Amino acid sequence: MNKYNPPRMNPSSLRSRFATRFLRSLSEINAQKPTASSSSPTEIFRRYRRIKVAADKSMAYSVRSRRTWSRAMLWKLRTRPCGRRSVKTSTIVRKTRHEKQNKNTTTATTTGEDGVVSGVEADELRELVPGGEAMDLYNLLDETAHYIKCLTTQVQVMKKIADFYSP
Amino acid sequence: MSSRRSRSRQTGSTSRISDDQITDLVSKLHQLLPEIRNAHSDKVSSAKVLQETCNYIRSLHREVDDLSERLSELLATTDNAQAAIIRTLLMQ
Repeated sequence: MNKYNPPRMNPSSLRSRFATRFLRSLSEINAQKPTASSSSPTEIFRRYRRIKVAADKSMAYSVRSRRTWSRAMLWKLRTRPCGRRSVKTSTIVRKTRHEKQNKNTTTATTTGEDGVVSGVEADELRELVPGGEAMDLYNLLDETAHYIKCLTTQVQVMKKIADFYSP
Repeated sequence: MSSRRSRSRQTGSTSRISDDQITDLVSKLHQLLPEIRNAHSDKVSSAKVLQETCNYIRSLHREVDDLSERLSELLATTDNAQAAIIRTLLMQ
């Protein structure tokens, strides 16, 4: 009998940590579905929201608190289900007001050999990276690099799972 | 001014962040982007790299959204057994 041996994966790599967590969440979501209406558009939409949150949560938990962006995302996810949006925004406002003084010194023109790092693009980046509002430019760039690496891992794993499931 | 800046840094050192470090990080980011490297890749401006980074992150977010939607539709038609199979395959 020919046994298919899949290539060995490093069990502590980011990819396998994320894949394990995400698959677990997926099977939980799968188990919760009401069999009668599982194909209705509302159910599909609701499940899509849950899957998206599960993916982000799995990635954030796989990175733990080692990174500012993962800490920010975990915090965001914890306050999200309770619906207590007011708590989150007030804390962020307090933070950004304190950091805005620093922001003016770091996002003002930093001249490198290749040109000027404008504040506008850095602000756009701050909105995209979780927790970016409270970072200075150096940490922002550092966190962005790691965030992009994790996002690409997330996309690759999700793509593999989707391809596996599709007929 | 430098003390304010050092307070916002997480490493806790009191040295100023040099422009060289910033440009190093910017070029490191540039390596991660999937664009086709042209002949002038060394001289791409930092602003352009940041712009491309924002676009790339946005496209990654969109991909995650699309894949989540695709998975949601697929889950409507499959059963639980396959999830267990995938998990055991990937965990080996």
